[in-house]
Amino acid sequence: MSRRLKWIYAGLVYAFLYLPLVVVAIFSFNDSKYSLAWHGFTLRWYEKLWHNSSLMSAALNSLLIAGCAATLATLMGTVAAFIMHQYRFPGRKLLFGSLFVMMMSPDIVIAISLLLLFLALHLPLGFPTLLVAHAVLCVPFVATTVYSRFHGFQRDILDAAKDLGADEYQVFRFIVIPLALPAVVGGWLLSFTLSLDDVIISFFTTGPDFEVLPLRIYSMVRLGIKPDVNALCVVMMGITIVALVLSRTLLKEKE
Amino acid sequence: MDKPVIELIEVNKQYNGEQALSDISLRVADGEFLSLLGPSGCGKTTLLRLIGGFESCTSGTLLLDGMPVEGIPPEKRAVNTVFQNYALFPHMSVFDNVAFGLRMARKAQDEINGLVAQALKRVQLTGRERRRPSELSGGQQQRVAIARAIVNQPRVLLLDEPLSALDHRLRKQMQRELKRLQRTLNISFILVTHDQDEAFAMSDRVVVMQGGHIEQIGTPMEIYEEPVNLYVADFVGDINVLDGVIEQQSGPQTFAAMVEGAQVSLRSKRNVTPGQRVHVLLRPEDFRLELEQDVAKSRDLFASFHQAKLKGTVQRLYYQGATYDVEVTLEDGKTVQVTEFFDEDSEDLSFKPGDKVILGWYEGWEVVLPYEK
Repeated sequence: MSRRLKWIYAGLVYAFLYLPLVVVAIFSFNDSKYSLAWHGFTLRWYEKLWHNSSLMSAALNSLLIAGCAATLATLMGTVAAFIMHQYRFPGRKLLFGSLFVMMMSPDIVIAISLLLLFLALHLPLGFPTLLVAHAVLCVPFVATTVYSRFHGFQRDILDAAKDLGADEYQVFRFIVIPLALPAVVGGWLLSFTLSLDDVIISFFTTGPDFEVLPLRIYSMVRLGIKPDVNALCVVMMGITIVALVLSRTLLKEKE
Repeated sequence: MDKPVIELIEVNKQYNGEQALSDISLRVADGEFLSLLGPSGCGKTTLLRLIGGFESCTSGTLLLDGMPVEGIPPEKRAVNTVFQNYALFPHMSVFDNVAFGLRMARKAQDEINGLVAQALKRVQLTGRERRRPSELSGGQQQRVAIARAIVNQPRVLLLDEPLSALDHRLRKQMQRELKRLQRTLNISFILVTHDQDEAFAMSDRVVVMQGGHIEQIGTPMEIYEEPVNLYVADFVGDINVLDGVIEQQSGPQTFAAMVEGAQVSLRSKRNVTPGQRVHVLLRPEDFRLELEQDVAKSRDLFASFHQAKLKGTVQRLYYQGATYDVEVTLEDGKTVQVTEFFDEDSEDLSFKPGDKVILGWYEGWEVVLPYEK
């Protein structure tokens, strides 16, 4: 009896969490433009999506910015994590603490402050400013992920490698990189998804000639939800799930 | 010592203005098993890291095979280390861990295969080549760490508290294996430990350290039986410290003295002078203990205590298995520990709390030190 209650309870929780996503997925295959009733299965919204050039170009922009921002953030975050782990210098704790401040800050605060910065510097809003903004958003996530990975190794491992005849480069090549790699790749994937679905920061920091997908969708739904948006959401959900599963798998300790 | 493999001459090391090592001079013979023994913070690990090349001396000279090694990084020294927590590479198999040093030295694959197999056989890990370190027990990880170091055929193997993470039984077993390994390989081992039993069981010589100084260097027997000061005496096992004053010299290396209120005869190679205050050090097993009434009855027994006759009262008995410890309070209030073996003729203990006893010691077993406290 109590077992059954547990199942019902769990079912309700999962329904609450995932039912909206399921609804979107179902409607993306619904052969009706406005009706909420089921009119049969179709792939026509996906086809329409494929031919919607403004949507497709926004999607490509989003993938481009996510890829670039994730790569930039991964490079910066990994180096920052290595430095914070390996060296002791004044301001190290402050730097480390500021990562968490960045992660906890509301997006709107980051967005407005970046916008003010760009305006003060007279930078035209567009791809470069959006790239910087997304990299700023992602660096703390990469740095903390990689840092905790470094923190997991024993300090003596690097000494042991040197003791066995490895020079600085070989230590980095054969010990540091292989050990940090899962966290680095995981951090990249995490950054990729963060960048891909960001609305608020993108809204403030990009210009009219570089439109990204979430903003495009946002402007589309103001005129009512069209089924091709449903289709788009399903595609993006797919990309996010793949990235997430990959990053979880890589971050999971092999041992 | 004809050919030291390692020689330290007046080595000093400072960390942020704090003296971690002061005036360390030490020679390690080829094929010797040397232990650095001391409490944590005594500088023993710093000394090991200095030899390994992970630290540099603030002043002084460090010679390896007669050549100064100052400024030569660890990867270029013919010295390998077994780290306290093993420091195995978690992303590599046992084989790759052991082969790492050989690969860095760019040995041919055939040679690597042979040497790794040989090293793993030495530590009895044949057949585990493909395992990850995390799939091994603590003892096995320890063996991998040893194999990884010895496969490079170093001149000296440094061991930083290598057995401290193992349980008592395994530790005993690994002690014997390490000693056997050192004999077969015939390379010098320098072991850092805070465990006196471990140092004594394996070492040719022991270096007792405190506060960055070397207190005494000697064979385990010398350290145990002829400690140079109270610190060394106290660190290497239980000891009783009796206080006394030298009264007069009664013969070559023999002195009459007053110790804890009793007239005694002391033997010492040290130059002590009448009137000088001294400590008389005795291990619990160095004492002789008899009931006062037995000594009064037997003339022979009385005579055999001619050297020292301290009176006391038995306070407590502690059963230790093969032996038992007797806690005796002397007439002047000082408490001493005496270790007695079981009398083979009787199952009962010879003493019970409250017994009046006579305490003496075997001639020449006492250690006389100048007064320190």
